[in-house]
Amino acid sequence: MADLSPILPDTDDIVIRVRGLLTRFGDQVIHDSLDLDVRRGEIIGIVGGSGTGKSVLMRAIIGLQTPAEGEITILGQDARTGTTADAKDLRRRWGVLFQEGALFSSLTVAENIQVPMREFLALPEALMAELAGYKVAMVGLPAEAGPKYPSELSGGMKKRAGLARALSLDPQLLFLDEPTAGLDPISAAAFDELIKVLKETLGLTVFLITHDLDTLHAICDRVAVIGDKKVLAVGTIAELLSFDHVWVHEYFAGPRGRAAHSGAPKPMKAA
Amino acid sequence: MGAASFEQVSGPGTAQRLAVSGRLTIAHIADVIEPLRAIEPNGSALAIDLAGVERIDTAGAWLIHRLVATWTAAGVPAAVENASEDARRLIAEVGSNDIAVAMRPPRGSAITTRFASIGSAVVAMTDNIGSFLAFLGHTMVVLGQTLIGRRPLRWNAVIHQCESIGVNALGIVGLLLFLVGIVVAQQGAVQLRAFGAEVFVVNLIGRSIMRELGILLTAIMVAGRSASAFAAQIGSMKLNQEIDALATIGMSPIEVLVVPRVLAMGLMLLLLGFYGAVMAVIGGGLFCWFALDIPPITFVQRLQEVTPLSDMIIGLIKAPVFGIIIAMMGCFQGMQVTGNAESVGTRTTRAVVESIFVVIVLDAFFAVFFSALGYN
Repeated sequence: MADLSPILPDTDDIVIRVRGLLTRFGDQVIHDSLDLDVRRGEIIGIVGGSGTGKSVLMRAIIGLQTPAEGEITILGQDARTGTTADAKDLRRRWGVLFQEGALFSSLTVAENIQVPMREFLALPEALMAELAGYKVAMVGLPAEAGPKYPSELSGGMKKRAGLARALSLDPQLLFLDEPTAGLDPISAAAFDELIKVLKETLGLTVFLITHDLDTLHAICDRVAVIGDKKVLAVGTIAELLSFDHVWVHEYFAGPRGRAAHSGAPKPMKAA
Repeated sequence: MGAASFEQVSGPGTAQRLAVSGRLTIAHIADVIEPLRAIEPNGSALAIDLAGVERIDTAGAWLIHRLVATWTAAGVPAAVENASEDARRLIAEVGSNDIAVAMRPPRGSAITTRFASIGSAVVAMTDNIGSFLAFLGHTMVVLGQTLIGRRPLRWNAVIHQCESIGVNALGIVGLLLFLVGIVVAQQGAVQLRAFGAEVFVVNLIGRSIMRELGILLTAIMVAGRSASAFAAQIGSMKLNQEIDALATIGMSPIEVLVVPRVLAMGLMLLLLGFYGAVMAVIGGGLFCWFALDIPPITFVQRLQEVTPLSDMIIGLIKAPVFGIIIAMMGCFQGMQVTGNAESVGTRTTRAVVESIFVVIVLDAFFAVFFSALGYN
């Protein structure tokens, strides 16, 4: 049986290292001695039942949530310690897409994409406009979406615009919180494809929270299952299928899991 | 190596060559942007050699793509050479997404924009008045139906609102009016002393506070506290589609949210107004006692003699009217929230400003009205 431990050997090139994480809200413990390693250049899918703390884990890693105990290192740095300059530098090396896009509502989509560029770099206005335009097209938005305000966009478009902003500085590390939830299947497949292309061309490492089994099959190199307040197992879907845990088994071998599995990697033949 | 750089290996001639090296990434391209873009198509074909590129990202790929595109558009062949597999893919990827995107919604000329903004302000104002009248009518109908028993009155909500509007405001309203009472007495005493008529301070306190200041200041305070709270609560419910959810379940938002607030506010402002007036009189009385040597018993006696009961009744008649209008302005602005969080902020501000404005205007009408009736 394959090794499904969340801890990788030190010889691997590890981008995110989480050790002994304990997070709690009041008396409610969300994670208890949770460990996780993410390799450089992989797409790691995070799955788990509702309320198991997938988003909280992401928030802890990107420093929005202070854990009660434990160590988190990203790209060799601790997100919580270090000087302000270090912290800023770290933040320009990752991009984050929140569930609802979290676009700044007083700026247009194109201006939203330019926010990180303006903050960190001194680029000519014309080039920033071109780059923003290119990002708009890259995430599959029509050109008309650029000058629109977030309140004028649909949920799926907000997500794409959020991704464009996350990719604004060509980060090494991309955090995606349910990127395909609420998208139609065609858009979701295109989104998956986009992530894959970006990962391959830019050498991105992607931390992907998702419930979308098709996404897991299509693009994830490894999948981490969160449950019982820790990472239960990490491995490819084929490896996880043999993992002996009720929830994991239900998840991957249930009716939807099987359908997604038989659909991947090539589309199902017409019945 | 490090920052991106480039070198024109061979200049204009039969075959031009450009060797780019270093990190062609968004953080390192700042120095090469202008010179690279300044290279204009001239005569012979251009080869861009990317052999020396350490790293390339979409921004770098975009620069190369634009250079090639500009030359090709001018009819001069340009090509990328010695690019790594990844660089080639990236350049192809950015190239397939080359579209012109506007950064902001289009703007017209200065004059037409000015006229358009005046026009849209007028339309918005008319629209706002119209929607307020519609809201007022709708609320009145629902309120009427509630009072004659055709609709249920949500007692829980009313009691809860009474607590947050009234009970929770006791401290601040009491303190404010107490201080105002002291200020009125003190300023009055300074002026009246010149005529040796200090004892008339009691008339000043009794009449001005009972009839005008007590209720007006309480209403302004409550408008600031509760009209804003109503607008923000209902506004964020609107953003969160909770209002829509209520309507689809078959509960009228006016009945569930507005009527309890309006009733609670009417009742609470009546009580708060009376309480505030009493606190102000106490403040004034204490000042008279300590600064003017008018003992409390004399103060109360004189207060009874010089302040007609009609003053207090006039003050208290105004209170529920102010309360109802403040609650309606707050709820109305909340209902008008659309789109984004900024709109909640704007509407909350408007709720406070407009309800205070309307309260003062109404107060002026009341003053004229009661004077015309002969209550001086």
